[in-house]
Amino acid sequence: MSRVLLTGNGAAAWGARLARVDYVPAFPITPQTEIIESLASWIDGGEMRGRLVTLESEHSMLTAAGAAAATGVRVFSATSSQGLLYAMEMLYTVAGWRTPFVLVNVSRGLSAPITLEPDHNDVLAARDSGFLQIHCADCQEVLDSVLIAYRLAEDSRVRQPVLVNLDGFYLSFTREPVTVPGPDEVDDFLPAFDAESIAFRASAPESQAVAVLGGGPYSYFRYETHLALLNGLTVYDEVAADFAERFGRAHPAVEAYRCDDAEIVLLMMGSFATKARAAVDNLRDAGQRVGLLRPRLLRPFPAHSLVAQLVGKRGVAVIDQNISMGKGGVLHAEVASVLYGHKDAPLLVSFVGGLGGRDISPEEFFEMVKVVAAAAQRGEAPPPRLLYTEDELREIRKLQTLAHVERNSLGEG
Amino acid sequence: MSDVETRFHRFKDLPSTQLLGTGTPMCAGCGGLQALHEIYDVLGEKTVFVNAAGCMTLLSVYPFTPFRGSWLYTAMASAPAGAQGVRDALDILLEQERMPPEEDLRVVVLTGDGAAYGMGLSATSGAIERGLDFLYIVYDNEGYGNTGQQYSGATPHAARTATSRMGGGFRGDKKDLFDIWVAHRPAYAATVIGAEPLDLARKVERAMAIKGPKLILALAPCPTGWDFDPKLTVDIGRLAVRTGIWPLKEYVDGRVVHSKTPHPRKPVKEYLSLQGRFAHLFEPQRNAAELTRMQAKVDEYWADPAT
Ligand SMILES: Cc1ncc(C[n+]2csc(CCOP(=O)(O)OP(=O)(O)O)c2C)c(N)n1
Ligand code: SF4
Ligand SMILES: [Mg+2]
Repeated sequence: MSRVLLTGNGAAAWGARLARVDYVPAFPITPQTEIIESLASWIDGGEMRGRLVTLESEHSMLTAAGAAAATGVRVFSATSSQGLLYAMEMLYTVAGWRTPFVLVNVSRGLSAPITLEPDHNDVLAARDSGFLQIHCADCQEVLDSVLIAYRLAEDSRVRQPVLVNLDGFYLSFTREPVTVPGPDEVDDFLPAFDAESIAFRASAPESQAVAVLGGGPYSYFRYETHLALLNGLTVYDEVAADFAERFGRAHPAVEAYRCDDAEIVLLMMGSFATKARAAVDNLRDAGQRVGLLRPRLLRPFPAHSLVAQLVGKRGVAVIDQNISMGKGGVLHAEVASVLYGHKDAPLLVSFVGGLGGRDISPEEFFEMVKVVAAAAQRGEAPPPRLLYTEDELREIRKLQTLAHVERNSLGEG
Repeated sequence: MSDVETRFHRFKDLPSTQLLGTGTPMCAGCGGLQALHEIYDVLGEKTVFVNAAGCMTLLSVYPFTPFRGSWLYTAMASAPAGAQGVRDALDILLEQERMPPEEDLRVVVLTGDGAAYGMGLSATSGAIERGLDFLYIVYDNEGYGNTGQQYSGATPHAARTATSRMGGGFRGDKKDLFDIWVAHRPAYAATVIGAEPLDLARKVERAMAIKGPKLILALAPCPTGWDFDPKLTVDIGRLAVRTGIWPLKEYVDGRVVHSKTPHPRKPVKEYLSLQGRFAHLFEPQRNAAELTRMQAKVDEYWADPAT
């Protein structure tokens, strides 16, 4: 065990290295590239056993990842935003193959307009694919989650690929002190992959991913996958408990911060939740009973823990760092659906913010709590809020005016 | 190819194993299935087929398969990447002695022309450039057959398809996938046809002995898509070769060699007139100008065949 300064990308790469992955199909994309570069240099330098192959696209990368996992080796891969979407056909496909492996996504806003900075629309586009999803808030969690993800993926009750998400820039390029566990400790926690019947061998012919005719067999396989993901809830708790016991770090499916006696709860995922956490401390200092809930596990959806935590609270600000066009925040809809019909369910207010890496300021957190408290008082939720300040709008207008002036003067010249 | 050691000298040397099971949902007279039968008998059952979306995807329908070996359906665009993953994983298992050598498998991509000439081309190019040890089988029925024979990058000039139904048929020209492969300097590349089983068997045998990326490109007469009587599959296949429309050749050791030189060549109209997709060239009026151009193209090829 050693404590070192690592970026989120470095932590992800260390997770893969400690997991002793056999195979890394790769493709570069900002802000993920450092992960595959680290692994490539370790493998080339003989510090790590394994094979890294750069494919010609993420679509091929995911195909190779699934195919190798289906042949019985431990596979790791990583991507981000456009890459994840380019691979989307194969995300759904390999999840249907029931192949266990780990894919790290470094969240980045989707084009258009093209940007490098983070939000969660990329990873949420994979929400229904059959990958389990773990969302991280700091660099330690990234390393730990990769290890947990392998146990989860390879458990015979699950046997599905797992996505581990970290936010671009805020985690990918931010150095934090990270405890890197020793290889022996990790080997005890995560033994070598026992692929059992997942294999292609001369003596045991296997047809994988064959076609089906009709809705009967199709539904059968789709339900099987769904049920395997639901098994993931129990398995996750077991694995996280084992991890906490061995390494002393708790990573529950839903992290609750100062929630016990809270009246108002902020609910959000990913690294921006650390901003919410700071806001909670400030509000607590000012005497307000505010807490934070952060789902780490998005799929399978930890409905029971969320309900258990939220029933009886007065109000919840669901802060979505994503936007479902024409609907609003994705997490808001998810949380609302599991609370609906529960007696004493809190009032939910939807906020969308942090798109493309836009900051969410302490003042905005305070304001959101105020809005939720007032709404809870009235017993009626206001329409969803899109976080944006007058200053920001003024800046945009100024840029547009400048561009117009420039164009006009060019036109005259 | 006479200088090559082969176990296939005469027709009676061809395997009679019939490894591929019957009862598949392919159309009667499917030239692609014919080629696959012949190829599989030479390859043997220690294979894993990595399939791209197309007619052949329906060979394995849960819970049945005609294959004695293994099968993995991927998607339309990325079968070569699937082959990469399987091959790499098998190599890793061998290297780490987690699998005995006798458990190893030959990795074979099975793809239609639509994928091979189009959507799957970048994945194929990538696999060749990485030197992947795999066999790449294309059954070329010259269109997107599974979806109802729309024109693809492999459709020949003037063929009527579901998306070139009127007038003079398809306006473009067939892309040259063999040359595209050869430009990559692969380990091996060959054109074959099910109607010439001896030539086919020798080429598959040869490919099996070479490590690296290997192409077997089979013209696949398709009664459904080309509109002809299923009993004519073999005749049309032979005519494709004897008219010179489908040159049988191979690329090995940096050279292209023709394994058969049709002499004398039959006129291309004998091949074209048997197929409904070209009927507009003959009826209601003979399109003499177009037929002359098509004949001239073939003549031009054979005037100086790449050697
Ligand atoms: C991404 C994607 N686009 C379209 C399809 C629909 N599709 C399935 S098979 C097929 C035709 C494939 O043509 P080809 O490769 O020539 O094989 P054939 O059907 O002729 O056997 C198409 C277009 C698909 N499966 N996937
Ligand atoms: S459409 Fe053509 S290629 Fe497809 S199964 Fe039928 S005959 Fe064979
Ligand atoms: Mg086709």
